[in-house]
Amino acid sequence: MLNDHAKLMNAILVSGEIVGRKRLQKMIFIAKKLSFSFQEKFQFHFYGPYSEELTLRVEELCNMGFLDEIREKKGGYYQYRYTLTEPGKEFLSLNKIEMPFLQDCLQDMNTKNARFLELVSTVLYFDNLPKSEVVNKVFTLKSSQHYIEEEINEAYLYIESIKEKAKLQ
Amino acid sequence: MVYSAEKLSEEKVFKDPVHRYVHVRDKVIWDLIGTKEFQRLRRIKQLGTTFLTFHGAEHSRFNHSLGVYEIVRRIIDDVFAGRPEWNDSDRLLTLCSALLHDLGHGPFSHSFEKVFQLDHEDFTRAIILGDTEVNKVLTKVSPDFPAKVAEVIAKTSEKKLVVSLISSQIDADRMDYLQRDAYFTGVSYGQFDMERILRVMRPREDQVVIKQSGMHAVEDYIMSRYQMYWQVYFHPVSRSAEVILSRILHRAKDLFNEGYLFKYPPHHFFSFFKEKVDVEDYLKLDEAVIVYYFQIWQEESDFILSDLCSRFINRNLFKFVEFDPAKEYKKLGELTSLFKKAGIDPEYYLVVDSSSDLPYDFYRPGEEEERLPIHLLMKNGELRELSRESEIVDAISGKRRTDHKLYFPADLIHDETNKKNMKKQIKTLLEI
Repeated sequence: MLNDHAKLMNAILVSGEIVGRKRLQKMIFIAKKLSFSFQEKFQFHFYGPYSEELTLRVEELCNMGFLDEIREKKGGYYQYRYTLTEPGKEFLSLNKIEMPFLQDCLQDMNTKNARFLELVSTVLYFDNLPKSEVVNKVFTLKSSQHYIEEEINEAYLYIESIKEKAKLQ
Repeated sequence: MVYSAEKLSEEKVFKDPVHRYVHVRDKVIWDLIGTKEFQRLRRIKQLGTTFLTFHGAEHSRFNHSLGVYEIVRRIIDDVFAGRPEWNDSDRLLTLCSALLHDLGHGPFSHSFEKVFQLDHEDFTRAIILGDTEVNKVLTKVSPDFPAKVAEVIAKTSEKKLVVSLISSQIDADRMDYLQRDAYFTGVSYGQFDMERILRVMRPREDQVVIKQSGMHAVEDYIMSRYQMYWQVYFHPVSRSAEVILSRILHRAKDLFNEGYLFKYPPHHFFSFFKEKVDVEDYLKLDEAVIVYYFQIWQEESDFILSDLCSRFINRNLFKFVEFDPAKEYKKLGELTSLFKKAGIDPEYYLVVDSSSDLPYDFYRPGEEEERLPIHLLMKNGELRELSRESEIVDAISGKRRTDHKLYFPADLIHDETNKKNMKKQIKTLLEI
């Protein structure tokens, strides 16, 4: 019951805090690709994998008072900071989520910048394609981000290291 | 003449209650409509279980797919043709993608996908690229044409303008389903001036934009979308049917995994229970087949499966109360325990359903690069996000409105022939 909500709350709890909606989207997508059992469905949008379900579930958690969302002005746009509230922690203590290794993975992702997470999630979205095609996809679909080949290589290395953290290898 | 440019000797038309006529002149489109994979969409309802609330809502994904094709055809033939930003060599790709965008939808697809961990978009791709009649038609255009169509539908094509015609916050998909769902449910909310919107659409390199003069028509579209969500798509009775449907599928899957011997073996479901589904199995399962199994599962010896199927077939749905998870999650724990003591398995008979469990989305202005918003083309050539110009859109797009309901079988709880004391406590907690 409300298990999918609890999983999301657990993800934010073990991350400490998550700053930025884009970062939150990408972290959950990457975790899902690492076989953590998040149920939110992702589709490819202009800015990479995006889940409307995840957006709505975060809104629900904020409405419930389980998540705290702080809106901060940053340059020309607003940025959102998410933490779990005390009632949220209490709810989670009654609805325990067992996801071993999730904390290590999310905390690691949380040290990376959103631009890099966007690249990693895009590479993972096309993980059924050979690397040369993925590189091509990144250059054409994410042309506005001006990624360079070294960054893509770095993303591949990162995926290997985070898979190890998730004990997938 | 090359196949991609081949025209029918006479234009074919489909009578359509929403667009009056759907016009087909291209041989490729006509051939795609005739494939068995596209014809299968006649047996998948557009609105799943909504017909149990709005009895007219029996329309299919076939109707809708033709509608999306027709809207796109009108946009590119009547509005975009000849404009420098539009590349007419993308015409056939756009039409085929519009026609086939829902090809992979399964029976009652939302619940079905959740229970069996499937994604209809994966099957759309698999049908287009696999050994199918659709693939054969597309391959006749060119060997790489199926992959191009699949990429547009998956929104991973570099042709962003083409993608945005079929999938964006103001696209042919939404414009068709809002009007079609309104027509077949009989509600008056889904009306907006589509002709006007089509006339003010303008192609840009990577998206469709709307001329500023068309803002009020778009406001109407956003409003009707908002109202359709709350009045039709999030209707609590349809959600009750959806809850029962998903519990049936869960129960059947759980029984299979426990080694239960079905009186009538559900051969069509075996690969789904094992979560190893290929395209051939997937295409065999349509809503007629599912309802057939629900009909015969009423005779199964497992009480939960037969009871849930009987509820679905005979529309004896669960009742609901409003549920506030923040204030009532402890009560939910108590109810779960009381249900168990009363012999009513809460796994199948006590269900919280949230608005985020539903497959519909609201207009979002696209803060922090979440998703592409609707852009207005101002007189000076500048692009402005819709909610910054429209107070009406601003009023509804930024507001959070979420909804949770708690579903339960009122008849089992009111049946006081056994566990009377437990059921009395349940009724007190549910306030029924």
